[in-house]
Amino acid sequence: MMRLIAENLGGERGGETVFAGIGFALEKGEALVVTGPNGAGKSTLLRVIAGLLRAAEGRVQVEGGGEAFPTVAAAVHYLGHLNAMKTALSVAENLRFWRDFCGEPALGVDEALETVGLGGIGHLPFGYLSTGQRRRASIAKLLVSHRPIWLLDEPTAGLDKASEERFAGLMRGHLEEGGIIVAATHLPLGLEGAKALRMGEVG
Amino acid sequence: MAGRPERGAWAQASQPMLALLLRDIRLSIRAGGGALTGVIFFLAVIATIPFGVGPDLNLLARIGPAILWIAALLACLLGLDRLFQADREDGSLDLLVRGHDRHMLALTVLVKCLAHWAGSVLPLVVAAPLLGLFMNMEAAGIGATALTLLVGTPAITFIGAAGAAVAVALPRGGLLISVLVLPLTIPVLIFGVSASYGAVADPAPFLQPFLILAALTLFLAVLGPLAAALALRHGTD
Repeated sequence: MMRLIAENLGGERGGETVFAGIGFALEKGEALVVTGPNGAGKSTLLRVIAGLLRAAEGRVQVEGGGEAFPTVAAAVHYLGHLNAMKTALSVAENLRFWRDFCGEPALGVDEALETVGLGGIGHLPFGYLSTGQRRRASIAKLLVSHRPIWLLDEPTAGLDKASEERFAGLMRGHLEEGGIIVAATHLPLGLEGAKALRMGEVG
Repeated sequence: MAGRPERGAWAQASQPMLALLLRDIRLSIRAGGGALTGVIFFLAVIATIPFGVGPDLNLLARIGPAILWIAALLACLLGLDRLFQADREDGSLDLLVRGHDRHMLALTVLVKCLAHWAGSVLPLVVAAPLLGLFMNMEAAGIGATALTLLVGTPAITFIGAAGAAVAVALPRGGLLISVLVLPLTIPVLIFGVSASYGAVADPAPFLQPFLILAALTLFLAVLGPLAAALALRHGTD
């Protein structure tokens, strides 16, 4: 039984506290949608959970990850607001690299591109794609190697309506398979029954 | 039979690193990768030296190894600032650093260094014999200089990686990296040049400085990536 637990989490940037006392526990199949105004610390929270920033206080842990995913760092896919793809390489080369680097291969590269609606353009350099297509290629990165927990920072920024719906379907599929999602967003993600965390409010 | 699971584990551990190596080498060859910048800088420096020093062929031959080494050293430093910065700008660095749970970050850095060396520095070593002719060096001297460059330049990349990791968040970190790294590369330069001279000047030894050079490279192959990994772990924001 996999659980993602955050206790009394506090984060700071440049020595200034951005948030404090955040706590949640997510069972498998559950999603947490983090909302709040700009500067409320949504991205910082995700980076703390991902282990990219040290927590100022509190801790995050994974329970029941088994041998494959013993720690948060091992169990997490982090989709930041940057796409982490090389413009000089083709889309397929980029995805193949992340698939080999991250391990735990899941979908094939072509299959993943098909799933995000980019079938047949894997041979194009990533730099040729439009903003929305880049985001979709970056989302395909979540599919090529398996991680139970997805941390998504503004995942739908730049996506059109149809792609947003397709991505909502992908997230629902991930949850149905027993995954966990933590997403920071301004836009509705189309996840019914997701827990909500509103940041940047006093109390 | 007993070795099979181990080989499986080895394959599992080496596949991500091989993928990273190939990606970085591919990137350095592709347009905008900067593999040629270093070679052209190297060529420009060596080609102008004879004009500045004058047509004294003996003098050119005598200073040849030192000039080749200094030019190669500076050309090495040229592309170092992009080692981690390019990955930081597009967000890849986050994911590379995040991977530390599966593969040691120092190993990731080491592989990035090797790819950077193969993509940007190895061309210098290949061009060195040709440029040695510009300096009127004899065959033995050219061979020795190319050999010492081959063995010594990885050390510069490893030290440079630590500098590049420290300066990764700075927008114009290139100069800072050179200033940080240059003093540390002096021992490599000294032993590289003295081994090159040892091959042509009779009383001077070749083997001893060459072995120290090799030892420096091996030592820094451990220390450089460890220091760079530490800096990257604490430098993410």
